[in-house]
Amino acid sequence: MDHRPQAWGRPRDDVYGAYDASFMNPNGPNQATQSPIVTGTSVVAIKFSEGVVIAADNLASYGSLARFTDVKRLRTFADSTVIGFGGDVSDMQYLDRHLTSLAIDESYSAPSLDSDAGGPPKARLNAANLHKYLAKLLYARRSKFDPLWNHLLVAGLDDDDKPFLAAADLLGTTFSAPSLATGFGSMLAQPIMRRFAPDEEAAARLTREQAVDVVKQCMKVLFYRDARSLDSYSIAVVTKDGVDLKENEKLENQSWAFAERIRGYGTQTA
Amino acid sequence: MFRNNYDNDSVTFSPQGRIFQIEYAAEAVKQGSVVVGLVSKTHAVLVAVKRNAEELSSYQKKLFAVDEHAGIAIAGLTSDARVLSNFMKQQCLGHRMTYGRSMPLRTLVDLIGEKAQMNTQVYGKRPYGVGLLVAGVDETGPHLFEFQPSGMTEEMSAFAIGARSQMARTYLERNVESFADCSREELVRHGLLALRESLVQDRELTVDNTSIAIVGLEEPADAEKTKKKTLRPFQLLDGQDVKEWIDASNVPAEGEGEQSGDGDRMNVDE
Repeated sequence: MDHRPQAWGRPRDDVYGAYDASFMNPNGPNQATQSPIVTGTSVVAIKFSEGVVIAADNLASYGSLARFTDVKRLRTFADSTVIGFGGDVSDMQYLDRHLTSLAIDESYSAPSLDSDAGGPPKARLNAANLHKYLAKLLYARRSKFDPLWNHLLVAGLDDDDKPFLAAADLLGTTFSAPSLATGFGSMLAQPIMRRFAPDEEAAARLTREQAVDVVKQCMKVLFYRDARSLDSYSIAVVTKDGVDLKENEKLENQSWAFAERIRGYGTQTA
Repeated sequence: MFRNNYDNDSVTFSPQGRIFQIEYAAEAVKQGSVVVGLVSKTHAVLVAVKRNAEELSSYQKKLFAVDEHAGIAIAGLTSDARVLSNFMKQQCLGHRMTYGRSMPLRTLVDLIGEKAQMNTQVYGKRPYGVGLLVAGVDETGPHLFEFQPSGMTEEMSAFAIGARSQMARTYLERNVESFADCSREELVRHGLLALRESLVQDRELTVDNTSIAIVGLEEPADAEKTKKKTLRPFQLLDGQDVKEWIDASNVPAEGEGEQSGDGDRMNVDE
């Protein structure tokens, strides 16, 4: 029996053959993430008169395998902002833990707020602040050549309590528009949402019900046409009054009639 | 030569439980010329008496802008104050860059508190020989903080540090009830009157030796459109700019004038 500390906890050579320790070799180049592994697909969001609606399905795919069907890809921050995650799920979980500790730090730094108002402390980092922070974080990671493989949508309110919606991707690129979608959604959902909110003025005229309907319609189209999507999804509405998050919605009134008419690929010959 | 065995470094307690180096640093603050700070519900004000080393030299600066929304008044070693001031400027800019907002005052003051405390616990370092009053505005309104070389920081409604500052503090204690509802003009006036209490016999406040700094929240020009009060950035007044303020503090306030029945010059605020 080998009692040397180097051998502690290792498979026994006499049983399993010589142990391959090469992966622990400190020489040689480090390898950062080259591609995402377990992934979430699109996130869609649209502004309306008093806030923002955001949605993402509950699927985490492993390649083309629908591996986890109960992964929640929307996250609230300080009950005033929702962040939607597309892309790598482990990086999403890293960001989730990071944001949790950020929220704790923030609420510690504002103890006076609780006592003054007598109510719960007001969020000091609003959606605009949070989006800027996340974009810097993503950019810092890509500059280390070790990116966080996500495309984020941040939905909430800005400094003037106006609806705020912006995106940040794995390179730290930021973008803002009345409606935004990541991944496949940018091709399939974005044109639908632009019909209802072509510009800020039009978005400011949308009601909450209209915005929710548009997003639900987008989720349905995405389920029809995106093979990495699911009919179970999360949807959140952010307004001045806080976040209304539903995590187990099901697509309703599906109609696959259109599928019969599709020609040109697949098994049919004509 | 030495007062005792326990004042050679700033990390050793005396048997009485004192750290002499920190107490000596606090003495350095008392050597500096007096600075006064006050806050109302809308404004924070700093006023200071500047000293010149000799008749032919210029007056040493006492007030420094840190960022758009905050500034400091110093008493003690000016060169130590510059180190802290530069540090605060950098932190504020960094915060603006990563979060897109001005740094909360409590966060800023905690940073220098932490920095100064380190010097009292690491062998070979010395405490800063300077006390600060930090005034500014964040999303929770105007604030005033006191900072001491020991690393202690406290929020104040009004305070004075520096030579003969006890006289100014006595004035502030007598009038503290009225500060919360003071206008910008009244607050500066109270500040200058407190400052005057601390002056040595037959010295006066002049345009050469007086500094005033104002920061606050004010109604925007288009008050109907945006109900939110906007920031009036940290403003430093020196030289001829302080003349009108000094003159205004030399005449009794309107309310007091009416009480005496005519424009009699009287000892104000007694």
